[in-house]
Amino acid sequence: MRLSYTKALNRALTDALAQDPAVCVFGEDIGAGLAGPTLNLLDRFGPGRIVDTPLSEQAFTSMAIGAALSGRRPVIEFQIPSLLFLVFEQLVNQAHKFSLMTGGQASVPLTCLVPGSGSRDGWAGQHSDHPYSLFAHAGLKTVVPATPTDAYGLLRSAIADPDPVVVFAPAAALPVRETVTWELAPIPLGSARIHREGTDVTVVAIGHLVHDALAVAEELGPEISVEVFDPRTLHPFDWTALAASLDRTGRLVVIDDSNRSCGIGAEVLATAAEQMRLVAPPRRITRPDGTVLPFAPGLDRALQPQRDQLRDAVRAVLK
Amino acid sequence: MLRLIRGFEELALTLVKSGEITGGIHPYIGQEAVAVGVCAALRPQDVITSTHRGHGHVLAKGAAPDRLLAELLGRTTGLNKGRGGSMHAADFSLGILGANGMVGAGGPIAVGAAWSARQAGEDRVAVAFFGDGALNQGVLLESLNLAAMWRLPVLFVCENNGYATTLPAVTAVAGSATGRAAGFGIPAAEVDGMDTEAVRAAAAEAVERARTGGGPGFLECRTYRFEGHHTMERLMKLRYRTPEEIADWRDLDPLPRAAALLPPGLAAQVDASVAEQLAAARQFAITSEHPDPAGALDLLYADGLRPRAGSTA
Repeated sequence: MRLSYTKALNRALTDALAQDPAVCVFGEDIGAGLAGPTLNLLDRFGPGRIVDTPLSEQAFTSMAIGAALSGRRPVIEFQIPSLLFLVFEQLVNQAHKFSLMTGGQASVPLTCLVPGSGSRDGWAGQHSDHPYSLFAHAGLKTVVPATPTDAYGLLRSAIADPDPVVVFAPAAALPVRETVTWELAPIPLGSARIHREGTDVTVVAIGHLVHDALAVAEELGPEISVEVFDPRTLHPFDWTALAASLDRTGRLVVIDDSNRSCGIGAEVLATAAEQMRLVAPPRRITRPDGTVLPFAPGLDRALQPQRDQLRDAVRAVLK
Repeated sequence: MLRLIRGFEELALTLVKSGEITGGIHPYIGQEAVAVGVCAALRPQDVITSTHRGHGHVLAKGAAPDRLLAELLGRTTGLNKGRGGSMHAADFSLGILGANGMVGAGGPIAVGAAWSARQAGEDRVAVAFFGDGALNQGVLLESLNLAAMWRLPVLFVCENNGYATTLPAVTAVAGSATGRAAGFGIPAAEVDGMDTEAVRAAAAEAVERARTGGGPGFLECRTYRFEGHHTMERLMKLRYRTPEEIADWRDLDPLPRAAALLPPGLAAQVDASVAEQLAAARQFAITSEHPDPAGALDLLYADGLRPRAGSTA
């Protein structure tokens, strides 16, 4: 079976809806399936479970929280990543805090799905953010799958999870296709995946950058043995697997499409420096501090992590 | 219940003053008729969302005063095991989905609870309490729209006590509260929020309509808080209300009004029984255990995920 990333998300939603009557989906233009992952769901599951909402992100996000507090398992699809800034109050201040604030009386099994996070060529300043680091920082479970199989498995686990989870589907990963010969299954949150084993350097790559890291690893293959490490979930992060990888390689490069200051790349470097085996100073490749992506394609690309930067960084940590 | 809420708040004020309650509270004194009137119109399975000034709502919906007081004192026996405090008191077993520290935030949560009830085919009603300050929060207005479009069983209860912290509603709310609801096609009524029976009657009508598929309702209860916005105010000696204004509203105190409706002698009996109940609550709360600091983040994740410590040393 040839599976696209978007189709994998669609199958995950379909299977979750079919398996658990508590699952429902809220979002804008989801009846028509504008973004892809919700295509055909309305026909199959009806308007009682697939709820096309008015443009009221804050209200329908909190409404989903109210539904979650009442025994449902809502999934919200956000059409663009920047809408998350609008609902930061609802996700961080309400959904995330309910369990602790109520002394464990309540949990909020809410999933936010953000297909098309990060730059889509030409979508400019307010449609091109990739804000996963903010959610990991705030403590929400944060997932960034790189492949169709992982997108399916991690979204299934996110929906089944008793806590709120934000699933970022990177825009640049949506075209990825995979030949799947096995049965799709849930993948536990907090488990990393090593896409390629190596002995010289560990490259931690997040989301679509996994594919860039694999290409660079292939290219450097004859001279440098690169391990490509995909955390898959940024919170909880699989620190144990990273420590094991660094025990083998001792060198670390992180490639991360979030802003440099307080980005997840910074956290990976800091944790490795504090607690793990490093034989050379680590490097990271990120967007610049405080990035706003400009419109012109050349300017947009200039601010995103690039393969040649990764190549240079890998060579640098081996010097 | 009016007497219980009043007495609870007076007791809490003494515990704030003595330093036993840290962080202070937002006293509900003066507004009791709203919580009691509205909750009297509800069934046990109905749900409420409350505000930062939530003690009255929580008690009126049936929460145990001793456990609420223990919560205010941050004890393990508190409603929220000492993790929520005054502004987040909740009792899900009684349909109390939580007081909320963010103004207007409970509105859409109540809408979600109402949506769920309807999808489940239950005739449960959700009530969102909020103040006049929340009338200017966009999310609340969005909630009115969703509730009206989908004819959800929600009652929006605006406790208009005239001030958003220190900002007079007359300088903050364009048009009227009920006019805003009417703009969304939601039946709205203005009620004397110092009159328990009037509030109860208006709430009962709106709740019945919501329960039988008639969609949301909106009540504006004109009320007043006799104390400051927060107990901190006493220390700051703020002046944004005149003593005359406060005295005028105190003349409308809902307690004597309700007591006058009771048979002779019963009011004194109620007072005595409340005093006894509160003395026991105080004893229960003060002698309850403090939570173990080692478990400060124990309940952060429902699946038991243990976050990394702040220090690795």
